[in-house]
Amino acid sequence: MMLVKLKVSALKETRWYEYLVRFGLGGLTTVLAGVIADRFGPATGGLFLAFPAIFCASATLIEKHERQRKARKNLRGRKRGREAAALDATGAAWGSLALAGFAVVVWLAAPLGGAAALALASLVWLVAAAAAWLVRRQLRHS
Amino acid sequence: MEYVIRFLAGGVIVSLFAILGDVLRPKSVAGLFGAAPSVALATLTLAFAKHSSGYVAAESRAMILGAAALGVYSFAVCQLLMRAHLSALASTLCAAAAWFITAFGLQQMMAGL
Repeated sequence: MMLVKLKVSALKETRWYEYLVRFGLGGLTTVLAGVIADRFGPATGGLFLAFPAIFCASATLIEKHERQRKARKNLRGRKRGREAAALDATGAAWGSLALAGFAVVVWLAAPLGGAAALALASLVWLVAAAAAWLVRRQLRHS
Repeated sequence: MEYVIRFLAGGVIVSLFAILGDVLRPKSVAGLFGAAPSVALATLTLAFAKHSSGYVAAESRAMILGAAALGVYSFAVCQLLMRAHLSALASTLCAAAAWFITAFGLQQMMAGL
């Protein structure tokens, strides 16, 4: 059984300006992390590498899309919209474990150089994120 | 010029992860991408090019604390949505305080050790 699927049609639900907002927020957070690291040093700048940059925009989009889906069926989707956004937040909470794993690997593998350290850390993030999702799934079904 | 490159690199990587999160189902998988290392990949790639490995190691060590703060933030967002019945926008903005308190609180704790 396929556990994870791609739903490309979901891209149509997002308007062009919503992509632009996420691009802008992502870019601004990256600039901010750089400015803070330059001004206050890497020990403070590094904190902002895990700042929830686009979480606000993403959660709002998820809530809005879910509400619109319900409205098309003449249903009130306010509660459902909140539940969808909360599900996304729960996923991010589990994902933060994988993000910490990414950071640990870069910390330890930094002497190997940028390409090797970041490739290894990305692989660890992917595996840890998948493991976190499977554990969460098991816990919900047990 | 460096900040323009930062902005573009960050915007592109964050958008790519966000699009992946949009198209993946079930939605619980998509949530994992809310904690993807998108800003980190852009920033650390540039840090490796500009600074020593010691600088990058210090930055990524601090990122571990930021990730813990992100976990607290996400939990707070979930609680504000489901228990306080706030909107997604209000929940994510209010919970930002949890991120700052946790991140800087942990940093101070580690500095005191």
